[in-house]
Amino acid sequence: MTHNSYADSNIRWIYPLPAILFVALLMVFPVLYTTYISLTNWTLTSGNAPSFVGLENFGQVLIEPRFLQALWRTMVFTISAVAAEAVLGVAAALLLDRAFVGRNLVKLLLLLPLVATPVAVGIVFNLFYDPTIGLANYVLESLGLPASSWISDASTVLLSLVIVDVWQWTPMITLIVLAGLAALSDEPAEAARIDGASEWQIIRLITIPMVMPVIVTAVILRLIDALKTFDIIFAMTGGGPGYASETLNLIGYKYSFEYFRMGQAAVILVVLFLIVLACSVAITRLSKRRAA
Amino acid sequence: MLKVGYKILFYGAVVLLAAIVLMPFLWMLISSLKTQVDIVAWPPKFVFSPTFQNYYKVFGEQDFIRYFINSTVVAAFAVGVSLLLGLPAAYSIARFSQRRLALVILLARLMPGISFLMPWYIIFSRLGLMDTYVALVLSHVLITLPIVVWIMSSYFETIPIELEESAMVDGASRNYIFLRIILPLSGPGIITATTLAFIFSWNNFLFSQVLSMERTRTLPIAVFNFLSYADIDWGGVMAASVAIMAPALVLTMIFQRYVVSGLTMGAVKG
Repeated sequence: MTHNSYADSNIRWIYPLPAILFVALLMVFPVLYTTYISLTNWTLTSGNAPSFVGLENFGQVLIEPRFLQALWRTMVFTISAVAAEAVLGVAAALLLDRAFVGRNLVKLLLLLPLVATPVAVGIVFNLFYDPTIGLANYVLESLGLPASSWISDASTVLLSLVIVDVWQWTPMITLIVLAGLAALSDEPAEAARIDGASEWQIIRLITIPMVMPVIVTAVILRLIDALKTFDIIFAMTGGGPGYASETLNLIGYKYSFEYFRMGQAAVILVVLFLIVLACSVAITRLSKRRAA
Repeated sequence: MLKVGYKILFYGAVVLLAAIVLMPFLWMLISSLKTQVDIVAWPPKFVFSPTFQNYYKVFGEQDFIRYFINSTVVAAFAVGVSLLLGLPAAYSIARFSQRRLALVILLARLMPGISFLMPWYIIFSRLGLMDTYVALVLSHVLITLPIVVWIMSSYFETIPIELEESAMVDGASRNYIFLRIILPLSGPGIITATTLAFIFSWNNFLFSQVLSMERTRTLPIAVFNFLSYADIDWGGVMAASVAIMAPALVLTMIFQRYVVSGLTMGAVKG
Protein backbone atom coordinates (compact mmCIF):
# COMPACT_ATOMS: atom_id res chain seq x y z
CA MET A 1 0.00 0.00 0.00
CA THR A 2 3.00 2.33 -0.29
CA HIS A 3 1.60 3.91 -3.44
CA ASN A 4 -1.09 5.45 -1.30
CA SER A 5 1.10 6.82 1.45
CA TYR A 6 1.11 10.40 0.14
CA ALA A 7 -2.66 10.50 -0.06
CA ASP A 8 -2.95 8.77 3.29
CA SER A 9 -0.76 11.18 5.19
CA ASN A 10 -2.36 14.26 3.62
CA ILE A 11 -5.94 13.08 3.72
CA ARG A 12 -6.93 15.83 6.14
CA TRP A 13 -6.60 18.48 3.47
CA ILE A 14 -7.11 16.44 0.29
CA TYR A 15 -10.62 15.37 1.31
CA PRO A 16 -11.97 18.80 2.21
CA LEU A 17 -10.08 20.64 -0.56
CA PRO A 18 -12.77 20.50 -3.29
CA ALA A 19 -15.41 21.76 -0.86
CA ILE A 20 -13.09 24.53 0.37
CA LEU A 21 -12.29 25.65 -3.17
CA PHE A 22 -15.99 25.68 -4.01
CA VAL A 23 -16.90 27.81 -1.00
CA ALA A 24 -13.97 30.16 -1.64
CA LEU A 25 -14.98 30.62 -5.26
CA LEU A 26 -18.73 30.97 -4.78
CA MET A 27 -18.95 32.60 -1.35
CA VAL A 28 -15.74 34.27 -0.22
CA PHE A 29 -14.83 35.79 -3.56
CA PRO A 30 -18.35 37.15 -4.25
CA VAL A 31 -18.51 38.76 -0.79
CA LEU A 32 -15.18 40.50 -1.42
CA TYR A 33 -16.40 41.55 -4.86
CA THR A 34 -19.59 43.00 -3.36
CA THR A 35 -17.50 44.95 -0.88
CA TYR A 36 -15.39 46.32 -3.74
CA ILE A 37 -18.50 47.31 -5.70
CA SER A 38 -19.81 49.17 -2.66
CA LEU A 39 -16.81 51.49 -3.04
CA THR A 40 -17.51 52.22 -6.71
CA ASN A 41 -19.96 54.33 -8.58
CA TRP A 42 -21.60 51.82 -10.84
CA THR A 43 -24.95 51.59 -12.55
CA LEU A 44 -25.33 48.51 -14.70
CA THR A 45 -27.70 50.22 -17.13
CA SER A 46 -25.29 53.09 -17.88
CA GLY A 47 -22.74 50.79 -19.52
CA ASN A 48 -19.86 52.61 -17.81
CA ALA A 49 -17.12 50.74 -16.00
CA PRO A 50 -17.12 50.99 -12.20
CA SER A 51 -15.17 54.01 -10.95
CA PHE A 52 -13.73 54.11 -7.45
CA VAL A 53 -15.50 56.61 -5.20
CA GLY A 54 -14.42 55.51 -1.73
CA LEU A 55 -17.13 55.70 0.89
CA GLU A 56 -19.41 58.00 -1.10
CA ASN A 57 -22.12 55.32 -1.50
CA PHE A 58 -22.11 54.64 2.22
CA GLY A 59 -22.54 58.37 2.89
CA GLN A 60 -25.53 58.47 0.53
CA VAL A 61 -27.30 55.23 1.41
CA LEU A 62 -26.80 55.18 5.17
CA ILE A 63 -28.68 58.48 5.63
CA GLU A 64 -31.42 57.76 3.09
CA PRO A 65 -34.81 57.60 4.84
CA ARG A 66 -35.92 54.64 2.71
CA PHE A 67 -32.87 52.65 3.83
CA LEU A 68 -33.17 53.64 7.49
CA GLN A 69 -36.84 52.70 7.51
CA ALA A 70 -36.03 49.34 5.92
CA LEU A 71 -33.34 48.77 8.55
CA TRP A 72 -35.76 49.60 11.37
CA ARG A 73 -38.50 47.48 9.78
CA THR A 74 -36.12 44.53 9.47
CA MET A 75 -35.41 44.76 13.20
CA VAL A 76 -39.08 45.08 14.11
CA PHE A 77 -40.07 42.18 11.87
CA THR A 78 -37.26 39.94 13.08
CA ILE A 79 -37.62 40.62 16.78
CA SER A 80 -41.40 40.40 16.92
CA ALA A 81 -41.53 37.26 14.80
CA VAL A 82 -38.78 35.44 16.69
CA ALA A 83 -40.09 36.52 20.10
CA ALA A 84 -43.52 35.12 19.25
CA GLU A 85 -41.96 31.96 17.83
CA ALA A 86 -39.82 31.46 20.95
CA VAL A 87 -42.75 31.79 23.36
CA LEU A 88 -45.18 29.70 21.31
CA GLY A 89 -42.52 27.20 20.28
CA VAL A 90 -41.34 26.49 23.82
CA ALA A 91 -44.93 26.35 25.10
CA ALA A 92 -45.85 23.83 22.40
CA ALA A 93 -42.75 21.75 23.17
CA LEU A 94 -43.61 21.64 26.89
CA LEU A 95 -47.15 20.64 25.95
CA LEU A 96 -46.04 17.83 23.65
CA ASP A 97 -43.21 16.51 25.84
CA ARG A 98 -45.14 13.53 27.21
CA ALA A 99 -46.47 10.22 25.97
CA PHE A 100 -49.90 10.48 24.36
CA VAL A 101 -51.94 8.94 21.57
CA GLY A 102 -51.02 10.54 18.23
CA ARG A 103 -47.74 12.07 19.35
CA ASN A 104 -45.93 10.88 16.23
CA LEU A 105 -48.65 12.24 13.98
CA VAL A 106 -48.41 15.65 15.65
CA LYS A 107 -44.64 15.65 15.23
CA LEU A 108 -45.10 14.84 11.54
CA LEU A 109 -47.57 17.71 11.18
CA LEU A 110 -45.06 20.07 12.79
CA LEU A 111 -42.53 19.19 10.09
CA LEU A 112 -44.80 20.13 7.22
CA PRO A 113 -44.56 23.96 7.49
CA LEU A 114 -40.76 23.67 7.63
CA VAL A 115 -40.54 21.94 4.27
CA ALA A 116 -43.36 23.85 2.57
CA THR A 117 -42.22 26.05 -0.32
CA PRO A 118 -42.15 29.60 1.16
CA VAL A 119 -43.37 31.29 -2.02
CA ALA A 120 -46.41 29.02 -2.15
CA VAL A 121 -47.01 29.55 1.57
CA GLY A 122 -47.02 33.30 0.92
CA ILE A 123 -49.54 32.88 -1.89
CA VAL A 124 -51.88 30.78 0.26
CA PHE A 125 -51.77 33.45 2.96
CA ASN A 126 -52.49 36.06 0.29
CA LEU A 127 -55.73 34.21 -0.34
CA PHE A 128 -56.41 34.13 3.43
CA TYR A 129 -55.80 37.87 3.70
CA ASP A 130 -57.79 38.87 0.62
CA PRO A 131 -60.13 41.59 1.88
CA THR A 132 -63.17 40.49 -0.13
CA ILE A 133 -62.93 36.68 -0.28
CA GLY A 134 -60.36 35.80 2.40
CA LEU A 135 -60.87 33.44 5.31
CA ALA A 136 -59.10 35.83 7.72
CA ASN A 137 -61.83 38.46 7.55
CA TYR A 138 -64.50 35.76 7.64
CA VAL A 139 -63.08 34.58 10.97
CA LEU A 140 -62.94 38.15 12.30
CA GLU A 141 -66.55 38.76 11.24
CA SER A 142 -67.74 35.51 12.81
CA LEU A 143 -66.14 36.63 16.05
CA GLY A 144 -67.94 39.97 15.76
CA LEU A 145 -64.71 41.88 15.09
CA PRO A 146 -64.23 44.54 12.40
CA ALA A 147 -62.64 43.42 9.12
CA SER A 148 -58.98 44.25 8.53
CA SER A 149 -57.14 45.22 5.36
CA TRP A 150 -54.23 42.94 6.29
CA ILE A 151 -51.44 43.24 3.71
CA SER A 152 -53.07 46.02 1.70
CA ASP A 153 -52.78 48.56 4.53
CA ALA A 154 -49.45 50.08 5.57
CA SER A 155 -50.36 49.89 9.26
CA THR A 156 -51.17 46.17 9.32
CA VAL A 157 -48.91 44.74 6.61
CA LEU A 158 -45.90 44.03 8.82
CA LEU A 159 -47.98 42.24 11.47
CA SER A 160 -49.67 40.19 8.73
CA LEU A 161 -46.25 39.10 7.45
CA VAL A 162 -45.05 38.32 10.98
CA ILE A 163 -48.05 35.98 11.37
CA VAL A 164 -46.97 34.04 8.27
CA ASP A 165 -43.40 33.73 9.55
CA VAL A 166 -44.68 32.62 12.96
CA TRP A 167 -46.92 30.00 11.35
CA GLN A 168 -44.11 28.60 9.23
CA TRP A 169 -41.20 28.62 11.70
CA THR A 170 -42.59 28.16 15.23
CA PRO A 171 -42.50 24.35 14.67
CA MET A 172 -38.74 24.62 14.12
CA ILE A 173 -38.28 25.86 17.69
CA THR A 174 -40.77 23.32 19.00
CA LEU A 175 -38.95 20.40 17.37
CA ILE A 176 -35.51 21.56 18.50
CA VAL A 177 -36.69 22.12 22.08
CA LEU A 178 -38.50 18.75 22.05
CA ALA A 179 -35.23 17.07 21.06
CA GLY A 180 -33.48 19.01 23.84
CA LEU A 181 -36.12 17.97 26.38
CA ALA A 182 -35.79 14.33 25.34
CA ALA A 183 -32.05 14.49 26.11
CA LEU A 184 -32.65 15.80 29.66
CA SER A 185 -32.48 13.61 32.72
CA ASP A 186 -35.78 13.19 34.61
CA GLU A 187 -34.12 13.04 38.01
CA PRO A 188 -34.09 16.72 39.03
CA ALA A 189 -37.79 17.07 38.18
CA GLU A 190 -38.63 13.83 40.02
CA ALA A 191 -36.70 14.95 43.09
CA ALA A 192 -38.53 18.28 43.10
CA ARG A 193 -41.88 16.50 42.70
CA ILE A 194 -41.13 14.35 45.75
CA ASP A 195 -40.24 17.53 47.65
CA GLY A 196 -43.72 18.82 46.82
CA ALA A 197 -43.00 21.29 44.02
CA SER A 198 -45.95 22.15 41.76
CA GLU A 199 -45.85 21.31 38.03
CA TRP A 200 -45.58 25.02 37.19
CA GLN A 201 -42.65 25.43 39.58
CA ILE A 202 -40.90 22.43 38.03
CA ILE A 203 -41.31 23.83 34.52
CA ARG A 204 -40.25 27.35 35.47
CA LEU A 205 -37.41 26.57 37.86
CA ILE A 206 -36.02 23.26 36.59
CA THR A 207 -37.07 22.25 33.08
CA ILE A 208 -36.72 25.62 31.32
CA PRO A 209 -33.33 26.51 32.87
CA MET A 210 -32.01 23.06 31.98
CA VAL A 211 -33.14 23.29 28.35
CA MET A 212 -32.18 26.98 28.06
CA PRO A 213 -28.98 26.46 26.02
CA VAL A 214 -31.00 24.62 23.38
CA ILE A 215 -33.65 27.35 23.38
CA VAL A 216 -31.01 30.04 22.93
CA THR A 217 -29.39 28.21 20.02
CA ALA A 218 -32.75 27.69 18.34
CA VAL A 219 -33.67 31.35 18.81
CA ILE A 220 -30.39 32.62 17.34
CA LEU A 221 -30.73 30.29 14.36
CA ARG A 222 -34.21 31.71 13.83
CA LEU A 223 -32.98 35.30 14.28
CA ILE A 224 -30.43 34.78 11.51
CA ASP A 225 -33.02 33.32 9.16
CA ALA A 226 -35.70 35.88 10.02
CA LEU A 227 -33.27 38.74 9.24
CA LYS A 228 -32.94 37.28 5.75
CA THR A 229 -36.66 36.70 5.13
CA PHE A 230 -37.29 37.32 1.46
CA ASP A 231 -39.58 34.85 -0.26
CA ILE A 232 -42.83 35.45 1.60
CA ILE A 233 -42.45 39.23 1.62
CA PHE A 234 -41.51 39.38 -2.06
CA ALA A 235 -44.36 37.06 -3.04
CA MET A 236 -47.03 38.61 -0.81
CA THR A 237 -46.39 42.35 -0.98
CA GLY A 238 -43.27 43.01 -3.03
CA GLY A 239 -42.36 45.45 -0.26
CA GLY A 240 -45.64 47.37 -0.49
CA PRO A 241 -48.01 49.01 -0.11
CA GLY A 242 -45.63 51.84 -0.97
CA TYR A 243 -42.48 50.89 0.89
CA ALA A 244 -44.40 49.75 3.99
CA SER A 245 -43.02 46.19 4.12
CA GLU A 246 -39.59 46.76 2.61
CA THR A 247 -36.85 45.03 4.60
CA LEU A 248 -33.09 45.20 3.98
CA ASN A 249 -33.20 42.07 1.86
CA LEU A 250 -36.06 43.44 -0.25
CA ILE A 251 -34.46 46.85 -0.74
CA GLY A 252 -31.13 45.17 -1.57
CA TYR A 253 -32.90 43.09 -4.22
CA LYS A 254 -34.63 46.13 -5.73
CA TYR A 255 -31.50 48.27 -5.86
CA SER A 256 -29.62 45.36 -7.49
CA PHE A 257 -32.04 43.79 -9.89
CA GLU A 258 -34.71 46.42 -10.51
CA TYR A 259 -32.76 49.71 -10.46
CA PHE A 260 -29.34 48.18 -11.23
CA ARG A 261 -27.67 50.76 -8.96
CA MET A 262 -24.94 48.28 -8.10
CA GLY A 263 -22.75 50.55 -5.98
CA GLN A 264 -25.58 51.58 -3.66
CA ALA A 265 -27.07 48.08 -3.65
CA ALA A 266 -23.71 46.71 -2.53
CA VAL A 267 -23.77 49.05 0.48
CA ILE A 268 -27.10 47.57 1.56
CA LEU A 269 -25.81 44.03 1.02
CA VAL A 270 -22.67 44.77 3.05
CA VAL A 271 -24.78 46.12 5.93
CA LEU A 272 -27.08 43.08 5.87
CA PHE A 273 -24.06 40.81 5.64
CA LEU A 274 -22.42 42.44 8.68
CA ILE A 275 -25.60 42.14 10.78
CA VAL A 276 -25.94 38.45 9.94
CA LEU A 277 -22.23 37.91 10.52
CA ALA A 278 -22.51 39.46 13.99
CA CYS A 279 -25.36 37.07 14.85
CA SER A 280 -23.36 34.14 13.45
CA VAL A 281 -20.32 35.02 15.55
CA ALA A 282 -22.62 35.13 18.58
CA ILE A 283 -23.91 31.63 17.86
CA THR A 284 -20.44 30.14 17.38
CA ARG A 285 -19.17 31.81 20.57
CA LEU A 286 -22.13 30.36 22.40
CA SER A 287 -21.67 26.84 21.07
CA LYS A 288 -17.95 27.00 21.85
CA ARG A 289 -18.66 28.04 25.43
CA ARG A 290 -21.03 25.11 25.79
CA ALA A 291 -18.58 22.66 24.27
CA ALA A 292 -15.89 23.83 26.69
CA MET B 1 -62.66 13.72 37.75
CA LEU B 2 -59.81 16.20 37.75
CA LYS B 3 -57.80 13.78 35.67
CA VAL B 4 -60.50 13.55 32.98
CA GLY B 5 -60.82 17.34 32.83
CA TYR B 6 -57.08 17.65 32.45
CA LYS B 7 -57.06 15.11 29.64
CA ILE B 8 -59.81 16.91 27.74
CA LEU B 9 -57.92 20.18 28.13
CA PHE B 10 -54.69 18.60 26.94
CA TYR B 11 -56.18 16.96 23.86
CA GLY B 12 -58.10 20.14 23.12
CA ALA B 13 -54.82 22.06 23.04
CA VAL B 14 -53.16 19.43 20.83
CA VAL B 15 -56.07 19.42 18.37
CA LEU B 16 -56.03 23.23 18.23
CA LEU B 17 -52.28 23.16 17.53
CA ALA B 18 -52.71 20.57 14.78
CA ALA B 19 -55.59 22.54 13.25
CA ILE B 20 -53.53 25.75 13.07
CA VAL B 21 -50.62 23.91 11.46
CA LEU B 22 -52.85 22.12 8.94
CA MET B 23 -55.21 24.97 8.07
CA PRO B 24 -53.17 26.61 5.25
CA PHE B 25 -52.50 23.21 3.64
CA LEU B 26 -56.15 22.23 3.82
CA TRP B 27 -57.37 25.57 2.47
CA MET B 28 -54.87 25.35 -0.38
CA LEU B 29 -56.12 21.86 -1.25
CA ILE B 30 -59.78 22.84 -0.92
CA SER B 31 -59.34 25.96 -3.04
CA SER B 32 -57.49 24.01 -5.71
CA LEU B 33 -60.62 21.85 -6.12
CA LYS B 34 -63.00 24.81 -6.46
CA THR B 35 -64.23 26.67 -9.50
CA GLN B 36 -63.39 30.37 -9.68
CA VAL B 37 -67.05 31.13 -8.86
CA ASP B 38 -66.84 29.05 -5.65
CA ILE B 39 -63.54 30.62 -4.66
CA VAL B 40 -64.74 34.22 -4.84
CA ALA B 41 -68.03 33.41 -3.05
CA TRP B 42 -68.76 35.23 0.20
CA PRO B 43 -69.05 33.88 2.86
CA PRO B 44 -66.33 31.33 1.94
CA LYS B 45 -67.81 28.01 0.83
CA PHE B 46 -66.98 24.94 2.86
CA VAL B 47 -69.36 22.67 0.97
CA PHE B 48 -69.05 22.59 -2.80
CA SER B 49 -68.75 20.12 -5.65
CA PRO B 50 -65.05 19.47 -6.24
CA THR B 51 -63.54 19.70 -9.68
CA PHE B 52 -60.14 18.82 -11.09
CA GLN B 53 -60.33 21.47 -13.81
CA ASN B 54 -57.61 23.59 -12.15
CA TYR B 55 -55.19 20.68 -12.25
CA TYR B 56 -56.01 19.86 -15.89
CA LYS B 57 -55.42 23.50 -16.75
CA VAL B 58 -52.09 23.79 -14.88
CA PHE B 59 -50.65 20.51 -16.08
CA GLY B 60 -52.13 21.02 -19.54
CA GLU B 61 -49.69 23.86 -20.04
CA GLN B 62 -46.50 22.53 -21.59
CA ASP B 63 -44.47 25.09 -19.66
CA PHE B 64 -45.52 23.90 -16.22
CA ILE B 65 -44.23 20.39 -16.92
CA ARG B 66 -40.97 21.94 -18.14
CA TYR B 67 -40.59 23.96 -14.93
CA PHE B 68 -41.24 20.79 -12.96
CA ILE B 69 -38.45 19.04 -14.87
CA ASN B 70 -36.14 22.05 -14.42
CA SER B 71 -36.68 22.02 -10.66
CA THR B 72 -36.00 18.29 -10.52
CA VAL B 73 -32.86 18.50 -12.64
CA VAL B 74 -31.41 21.44 -10.70
CA ALA B 75 -32.14 19.89 -7.30
CA ALA B 76 -30.83 16.46 -8.33
CA PHE B 77 -27.54 17.85 -9.68
CA ALA B 78 -27.13 20.23 -6.73
CA VAL B 79 -27.55 17.31 -4.32
CA GLY B 80 -25.23 15.09 -6.36
CA VAL B 81 -22.45 17.69 -6.48
CA SER B 82 -22.94 18.42 -2.77
CA LEU B 83 -22.51 14.75 -1.90
CA LEU B 84 -19.38 14.50 -4.05
CA LEU B 85 -17.82 17.56 -2.43
CA GLY B 86 -19.41 17.26 0.98
CA LEU B 87 -18.96 13.61 1.95
CA PRO B 88 -15.13 13.61 1.93
CA ALA B 89 -15.07 17.04 3.59
CA ALA B 90 -17.51 15.92 6.29
CA TYR B 91 -15.48 12.76 6.89
CA SER B 92 -12.31 14.78 7.31
CA ILE B 93 -14.05 17.27 9.63
CA ALA B 94 -15.36 14.42 11.78
CA ARG B 95 -12.14 12.39 11.84
CA PHE B 96 -9.72 15.25 12.47
CA SER B 97 -12.06 17.53 14.48
CA GLN B 98 -11.64 20.38 11.96
CA ARG B 99 -14.03 22.75 13.73
CA ARG B 100 -12.84 25.88 11.99
CA LEU B 101 -13.38 24.30 8.58
CA ALA B 102 -16.86 23.22 9.64
CA LEU B 103 -17.65 26.80 10.64
CA VAL B 104 -16.54 28.22 7.28
CA ILE B 105 -18.85 25.85 5.43
CA LEU B 106 -21.64 26.52 7.91
CA LEU B 107 -21.25 30.25 7.21
CA ALA B 108 -22.54 29.56 3.70
CA ARG B 109 -25.76 28.37 5.35
CA LEU B 110 -26.01 31.45 7.58
CA MET B 111 -25.04 34.27 5.21
CA PRO B 112 -27.76 36.07 3.23
CA GLY B 113 -27.87 34.61 -0.27
CA ILE B 114 -28.39 38.01 -1.81
CA SER B 115 -24.88 39.14 -0.87
CA PHE B 116 -23.45 36.47 -3.18
CA LEU B 117 -26.17 36.85 -5.75
CA MET B 118 -25.25 40.25 -7.14
CA PRO B 119 -21.65 39.26 -7.98
CA TRP B 120 -22.89 35.96 -9.43
CA TYR B 121 -25.31 37.88 -11.61
CA ILE B 122 -22.50 40.04 -12.96
CA ILE B 123 -20.03 37.17 -13.40
CA PHE B 124 -22.49 34.68 -14.87
CA SER B 125 -23.66 37.36 -17.33
CA ARG B 126 -20.10 37.98 -18.49
CA LEU B 127 -19.45 34.24 -18.88
CA GLY B 128 -22.69 33.79 -20.82
CA LEU B 129 -24.01 31.44 -18.15
CA MET B 130 -27.26 33.23 -17.40
CA ASP B 131 -30.32 31.02 -17.81
CA THR B 132 -28.23 27.82 -17.82
CA TYR B 133 -28.40 24.76 -15.59
CA VAL B 134 -24.72 25.28 -14.74
CA ALA B 135 -25.32 28.65 -13.06
CA LEU B 136 -28.41 27.43 -11.22
CA VAL B 137 -26.81 24.22 -10.00
CA LEU B 138 -23.69 26.07 -8.80
CA SER B 139 -25.81 28.55 -6.85
CA HIS B 140 -27.98 25.80 -5.35
CA VAL B 141 -24.91 23.83 -4.25
CA LEU B 142 -24.13 26.71 -1.91
CA ILE B 143 -27.45 25.89 -0.20
CA THR B 144 -27.15 22.12 -0.26
CA LEU B 145 -23.43 21.70 0.52
CA PRO B 146 -23.64 23.09 4.10
CA ILE B 147 -26.62 20.82 4.76
CA VAL B 148 -24.67 17.75 3.60
CA VAL B 149 -21.51 18.69 5.50
CA TRP B 150 -23.39 19.58 8.69
CA ILE B 151 -25.47 16.40 8.80
CA MET B 152 -22.76 14.02 7.59
CA SER B 153 -19.96 15.25 9.86
CA SER B 154 -22.24 14.65 12.86
CA TYR B 155 -23.12 11.25 11.44
CA PHE B 156 -19.53 10.17 10.78
CA GLU B 157 -18.66 11.06 14.38
CA THR B 158 -21.03 8.33 15.56
CA ILE B 159 -19.16 5.59 13.64
CA PRO B 160 -16.69 3.91 16.01
CA ILE B 161 -13.10 4.71 15.12
CA GLU B 162 -12.02 1.16 16.09
CA LEU B 163 -13.47 -0.06 12.78
CA GLU B 164 -11.02 2.12 10.89
CA GLU B 165 -8.09 1.31 13.13
CA SER B 166 -8.42 -2.41 12.65
CA ALA B 167 -8.76 -1.92 8.88
CA MET B 168 -5.63 0.21 8.91
CA VAL B 169 -3.75 -2.50 10.78
CA ASP B 170 -4.75 -4.84 7.95
CA GLY B 171 -3.11 -2.43 5.53
CA ALA B 172 -6.18 -0.72 4.03
CA SER B 173 -5.66 2.75 2.57
CA ARG B 174 -7.70 5.78 3.72
CA ASN B 175 -9.58 5.80 0.43
CA TYR B 176 -10.45 2.15 0.84
CA ILE B 177 -11.63 2.72 4.41
CA PHE B 178 -13.76 5.72 3.41
CA LEU B 179 -15.28 4.19 0.29
CA ARG B 180 -15.66 0.55 1.37
CA ILE B 181 -16.15 0.71 5.13
CA ILE B 182 -17.46 4.13 6.18
CA LEU B 183 -19.81 5.01 3.31
CA PRO B 184 -21.62 1.63 3.32
CA LEU B 185 -22.36 2.21 7.01
CA SER B 186 -23.68 5.73 6.40
CA GLY B 187 -26.99 4.98 4.70
CA PRO B 188 -29.26 6.74 7.22
CA GLY B 189 -27.06 9.84 7.31
CA ILE B 190 -26.92 10.05 3.54
CA ILE B 191 -30.71 9.64 3.30
CA THR B 192 -31.19 12.50 5.77
CA ALA B 193 -28.74 14.78 3.99
CA THR B 194 -30.09 13.97 0.53
CA THR B 195 -33.73 14.48 1.53
CA LEU B 196 -33.17 17.81 3.25
CA ALA B 197 -30.78 19.12 0.61
CA PHE B 198 -33.22 18.19 -2.15
CA ILE B 199 -36.11 19.93 -0.37
CA PHE B 200 -34.16 23.13 0.29
CA SER B 201 -32.99 23.31 -3.32
CA TRP B 202 -36.52 22.57 -4.54
CA ASN B 203 -37.98 25.38 -2.43
CA ASN B 204 -35.39 28.00 -3.33
CA PHE B 205 -36.86 31.08 -4.93
CA LEU B 206 -34.33 33.90 -4.87
CA PHE B 207 -31.47 32.33 -6.82
CA SER B 208 -33.70 31.03 -9.59
CA GLN B 209 -35.62 34.30 -9.75
CA VAL B 210 -32.40 36.16 -10.63
CA LEU B 211 -30.33 33.58 -12.51
CA SER B 212 -32.96 31.80 -14.61
CA MET B 213 -35.11 33.04 -17.42
CA GLU B 214 -37.49 31.31 -19.79
CA ARG B 215 -35.33 28.23 -20.46
CA THR B 216 -34.32 27.08 -16.97
CA ARG B 217 -37.09 28.65 -14.89
CA THR B 218 -37.94 26.55 -11.83
CA LEU B 219 -41.31 25.88 -10.21
CA PRO B 220 -41.30 28.52 -7.43
CA ILE B 221 -40.84 31.23 -10.05
CA ALA B 222 -43.59 29.73 -12.22
CA VAL B 223 -45.99 29.65 -9.26
CA PHE B 224 -45.09 33.22 -8.33
CA ASN B 225 -45.71 34.38 -11.91
CA PHE B 226 -49.35 33.28 -11.61
CA LEU B 227 -49.80 36.31 -9.35
CA SER B 228 -48.73 38.82 -11.96
CA TYR B 229 -52.03 38.65 -13.83
CA ALA B 230 -54.44 41.43 -12.98
CA ASP B 231 -57.27 38.98 -12.33
CA ILE B 232 -55.70 36.27 -10.19
CA ASP B 233 -56.77 32.75 -11.15
CA TRP B 234 -56.87 31.51 -7.54
CA GLY B 235 -57.88 27.97 -8.44
CA GLY B 236 -54.97 27.63 -10.86
CA VAL B 237 -52.42 29.11 -8.48
CA MET B 238 -53.63 26.87 -5.63
CA ALA B 239 -53.38 23.78 -7.84
CA ALA B 240 -49.87 24.88 -8.80
CA SER B 241 -49.04 25.38 -5.11
CA VAL B 242 -50.25 21.88 -4.29
CA ALA B 243 -48.12 20.52 -7.12
CA ILE B 244 -45.00 22.33 -5.96
CA MET B 245 -45.40 21.38 -2.30
CA ALA B 246 -46.41 17.76 -2.87
CA PRO B 247 -42.93 16.30 -3.51
CA ALA B 248 -41.39 17.91 -0.41
CA LEU B 249 -44.35 16.92 1.77
CA VAL B 250 -44.33 13.33 0.50
CA LEU B 251 -40.55 13.01 0.98
CA THR B 252 -40.97 14.34 4.51
CA MET B 253 -43.68 11.84 5.35
CA ILE B 254 -41.59 8.94 4.03
CA PHE B 255 -38.40 10.02 5.75
CA GLN B 256 -39.98 11.67 8.81
CA ARG B 257 -37.49 10.27 11.31
CA TYR B 258 -34.52 11.37 9.25
CA VAL B 259 -35.87 14.83 8.50
CA VAL B 260 -36.51 15.53 12.20
CA SER B 261 -33.01 14.46 13.16
CA GLY B 262 -31.51 16.48 10.32
CA LEU B 263 -33.36 19.65 11.25
CA THR B 264 -32.72 19.42 14.99
CA MET B 265 -29.39 17.66 15.49
CA GLY B 266 -27.24 20.71 14.90
CA ALA B 267 -28.93 22.80 17.55
CA VAL B 268 -29.05 20.09 20.21
CA LYS B 269 -25.50 18.98 19.67
CA GLY B 270 -24.28 22.60 19.56
